[in-house]
Amino acid sequence: MIINTPQVASSASVSRLMLHVGYALVPGTLAYIWLFGAGVLIQILLACLTAVITEAVVLILRKRPVLKTLADGSALLTAVLLALSIPTIAPWWIIVLGTFFAILFGKQIFGGIGYNPFNPAMLGYVMLLISFPLEMTRWPSAISLLEQMPTLQTSFDVIFNSGLGIDTISGATPLDTIKTQLRAGADIPATLINSDFSTLFGSFAGVGWEMVSLGFLFGGLYLLMTRRIAWQIPVAMLGSLVVLSSVFYLIDSSQYISPLLHLFGGASMLGAFFIATDPVSAATTPRGRIYYGIGIGVFCFVIRTWGNYPEGLAFAVLLMNMAAPTIDHYTRPRVFGQSKG
Amino acid sequence: MSHSNRKTFNFHGGLHLDEHKSISTSRPIETAPIPPLLILPLLQHIGNPAIPCVKVGENVLKNQCIANADGPVSTTLHASSSGTVTAIEKRSIPHPSNLDVMCIVIETDGRDTSIEQSHASTEEYLSLSRHDIQQRIKEAGIVGLGGAGFPSHIKLNANKHLVETLIINAAECEPYISCDDMLIREHAESIINGLRIMQHALNAKHCMIGIEDNKVEAHAALQAAINGSDDIELVRVPTRYPAGGERQLIYNLTGKQAPSQGRPLDIGIVCHNAGTAAAVDDAITRGIPLTSRVVTLTGSGIPQPRNMHVRIGTPIQYLLDHCHSPKEDIANILIGGPMMGFKLNSADAPVTKTCNCILATLQRDAIKPSTPMPCIRCGDCVEVCPVNLLPQQLYWHAHAQDFDAIQDYNLFDCIECGCCDVVCPSRIPLVQYFRFSKTTIWQQERDKEKSNKARQRHELRLERLEQEKREKRERHNRKKAALKKKPEQSDDPKKAAILAAMKRVQDKKLASNTNPANTDNLTPEQQAKVDEADRRRKEQNADTKPS
Repeated sequence: MIINTPQVASSASVSRLMLHVGYALVPGTLAYIWLFGAGVLIQILLACLTAVITEAVVLILRKRPVLKTLADGSALLTAVLLALSIPTIAPWWIIVLGTFFAILFGKQIFGGIGYNPFNPAMLGYVMLLISFPLEMTRWPSAISLLEQMPTLQTSFDVIFNSGLGIDTISGATPLDTIKTQLRAGADIPATLINSDFSTLFGSFAGVGWEMVSLGFLFGGLYLLMTRRIAWQIPVAMLGSLVVLSSVFYLIDSSQYISPLLHLFGGASMLGAFFIATDPVSAATTPRGRIYYGIGIGVFCFVIRTWGNYPEGLAFAVLLMNMAAPTIDHYTRPRVFGQSKG
Repeated sequence: MSHSNRKTFNFHGGLHLDEHKSISTSRPIETAPIPPLLILPLLQHIGNPAIPCVKVGENVLKNQCIANADGPVSTTLHASSSGTVTAIEKRSIPHPSNLDVMCIVIETDGRDTSIEQSHASTEEYLSLSRHDIQQRIKEAGIVGLGGAGFPSHIKLNANKHLVETLIINAAECEPYISCDDMLIREHAESIINGLRIMQHALNAKHCMIGIEDNKVEAHAALQAAINGSDDIELVRVPTRYPAGGERQLIYNLTGKQAPSQGRPLDIGIVCHNAGTAAAVDDAITRGIPLTSRVVTLTGSGIPQPRNMHVRIGTPIQYLLDHCHSPKEDIANILIGGPMMGFKLNSADAPVTKTCNCILATLQRDAIKPSTPMPCIRCGDCVEVCPVNLLPQQLYWHAHAQDFDAIQDYNLFDCIECGCCDVVCPSRIPLVQYFRFSKTTIWQQERDKEKSNKARQRHELRLERLEQEKREKRERHNRKKAALKKKPEQSDDPKKAAILAAMKRVQDKKLASNTNPANTDNLTPEQQAKVDEADRRRKEQNADTKPS
């Protein structure tokens, strides 16, 4: 058969797309390193290494082109996103196991890029969270809250020597602190002015975390402006999160955290622009992406507010991944020239 | 002159493409020389192929009809120069299918002698009836010159529809192609004339011309030719591929969407290409049939890109040689633009009525094919689809060869514009998948129809055989019964007497149950009449019997 395709030069390619998503992660990652220490770099490195090796081995076993497939950059992106999601002071085997799981069971087992129903990074994350709750909930403290500056060596020791000296650099996250205090009976305003935690909450949403979130927001806006991600998902997700949290905050600000803390205190920005927008596992129709985004925002709020976990993004994404095919089925656009309804 | 800055409606999607048009618009339209051989395909349009009305060895003159339309959806073919018919045989023609079709081959004599005008040419088209105009356009062999090649007389037959607006498509949105642009620049009056004739034929209230806003000179020429008439609106539409798609242009100008499985006529709109309008003018006011068209010869493989008036049937290689195209360095030749054009298999194929552009590309400039990657459902294709389809979903089903699902996703609304191909980061030849699915579905439907017919035939045959068997069996049974009865009667007189008695009783019962026939108790006069009628009937039968 003769192939007649448009003879027009095009620069669109999957690896370029992944590359630019990678660029967009830089500001947030830099803030992360700056404010929480270099541990995250070690995690990213470990994750990338694991991802490349896992994917290469699977591709060899599946008799698929190795270099060409690795060059699409999707495995590396999964690795980086997972590394950014887990506590930077988690022991090395956490990220190695998580990445291995994400690439093998999140992606390759379904046939590789384009065929995975779930976001591989979030699948890896949730597996880790359920299996290793202790390691996955020990977060680093912002450097400014520490008595002495942690060096790369400290991070290295913590990651490779199974948490030796971990107490010197770990601390609770803002969302976690509020959850624990609420359970203990202290309402939110009391927690916020409690001298034990007052430094933790930074200028608007937690010291350190707010800046990292701003960095991811900045990168996300770059992706939006260059039209590399669909606007519907982040807008719908953050929008629904803001609306829901505002309503509850206005009803009872002593029991429900503020929209600002929702947006900048957790993984909302990373999630909205980099995780929920993974096209393979998201809804694909324009209208469907709005529902998909709203769904993630709602689940995120519900889990954070009434669930057992302080952060609900990963579960929200996976739940909506499951709903994506159904959403797509019911949100097909009206074709040009077809009657309404 | 009308409001040229009126509001236009933007269709969904589309692309801004590099135009590459100016390379072929710097010189006026040339007339291509007469080639030694003309190859005139009998099928250059949508519908039935024309039926030749000349024989091999016959001398023909320019503009002479050499093949007649076969049925309503077909059109006439004329010799584009004088000479001798040397063959009527299958030749390769420029068509995506690459199939050979029957062609009339004419060896030209170089004299280009034309026939006497067979059409009474008239400036007074207003005095012609609509039917006359349609008939003349059919006899002039005019088809849509924009590319699809639908016989124009059909689109000028509004039947009982009320035509609100006649639209002339001068958008010409594909890169490289400039034949309409140049034709408008040089023959704007002819186009407006053609428009007037078509307006008369359709009884259209009002006319619009849609032209992309990058064609400044052509716009000015049309504006001058319209010369202040207020029933023709000249509208600039934003330059965005595929603004020249019929449905896209109609939407752009009127904000109306032609129904997806219907025609623009259903919403009171008829749309014709600018080149077609000029051909209509030639046919009606000058009596000249469609024997040549403007062709853009362009691309890096043509040293001096240009537009030419080319005789239909001129071999493409002849034109390339005429333009000094370096044969060995050509990577591919496209017929049409780079978006929707198709690769030419053999340059021996002729220029046909629908061939608007010959795009020759040098080896060094050829786009290298890239290996497709899996679809990542990014949805970029959805963003650019002018028909609002979901190409990524269509692809999914096409890949799985799930032809029911793909129709459910409106495959047949795809206009094959190629926008989705261009933006796909995985470099999937989407349109190719869609074309393949369409042809497979058509083939399946044809097969289904065939097998349905075969099944019906088979079932009828079985029924017939069954009937014959049944009749045979009945005959057999009757014979058997008759044979049985006889020995019974002779065998046992007692039994026979009982049987006879039973029969009598039954007969009596039957007789008492049945109503008397109306011929049972007749008076002698009536009986005589009946007999008379029977006799006449017999005589009549005897007369009409063939033997």
